[in-house]
Amino acid sequence: MTAGATRTAGLVVFITLLKPVSNLFLAWGMRHFPSAVSLNPLFYVNAVFDPLVASGVVMQIIWLLARLSLLSVADLSFVLPVTAAGYGISTVLGRVFLHEQVSASRWWGAILISLGTGLAAGTARETTFHKAKSAAGGAR
Amino acid sequence: MRWILLSVVVLSAVVGDLLQSYEMKEEGEQSGSAPGLIRVLRLVVSRRYLILAIASMAVSFFAFLALLQTEPLSFAVPASAASFILETALAKLVLGERVTLRRGAGVLLVFGGILLVSR
Repeated sequence: MTAGATRTAGLVVFITLLKPVSNLFLAWGMRHFPSAVSLNPLFYVNAVFDPLVASGVVMQIIWLLARLSLLSVADLSFVLPVTAAGYGISTVLGRVFLHEQVSASRWWGAILISLGTGLAAGTARETTFHKAKSAAGGAR
Repeated sequence: MRWILLSVVVLSAVVGDLLQSYEMKEEGEQSGSAPGLIRVLRLVVSRRYLILAIASMAVSFFAFLALLQTEPLSFAVPASAASFILETALAKLVLGERVTLRRGAGVLLVFGGILLVSR
């Protein structure tokens, strides 16, 4: 595996794990608030100051930046299925940490997603012309 | 109303992702390290298409929240996952990516999996 491929694989793993973990923090934090949907924007502003929700939001921002970085070296049609493994991981995290009930069809869904991710991961990560305009100090 | 909201969720997500991919391909390889991510953050606030992309994603996010107020999660999640198929098709047509049979099959399996997970 080349250094570039290793970096890309590392970024894929980071992005795939970070999304469900951030969702877990958001879901955990939102459990401190009433479950009814509020139309009051202040409700959501207050929610952001909850430490767990704030951690989830920070992770979502890092996820967005890391995904942009991945899109600089990989096709969109590669990134979409490969990072979708997060859906399956969310299922596992919800079961383990939030003690949610997970039906058989959800487990099958998680397996199907993993298979799709595995298939797509075996394809070339980039098939389009890539500008060699690597940022000073950006690409390491 | 559900179909209008769903269309907004899907289309704005598609536009957001296409713009991100286009702009990041133009920009060239970026590092995933902490300084690299800070540089990407600077790009986000300075590149026109990335600003548009983030705005599109915000529209998609809030339309999704609005959709969740009237529709069950079991409808909203799989229905909005249609963006996977649309984005892959447009990545081929607009961005010129080569979507092989294997990659296409992977996308379809993921789509099927999302349908099952959100049941």
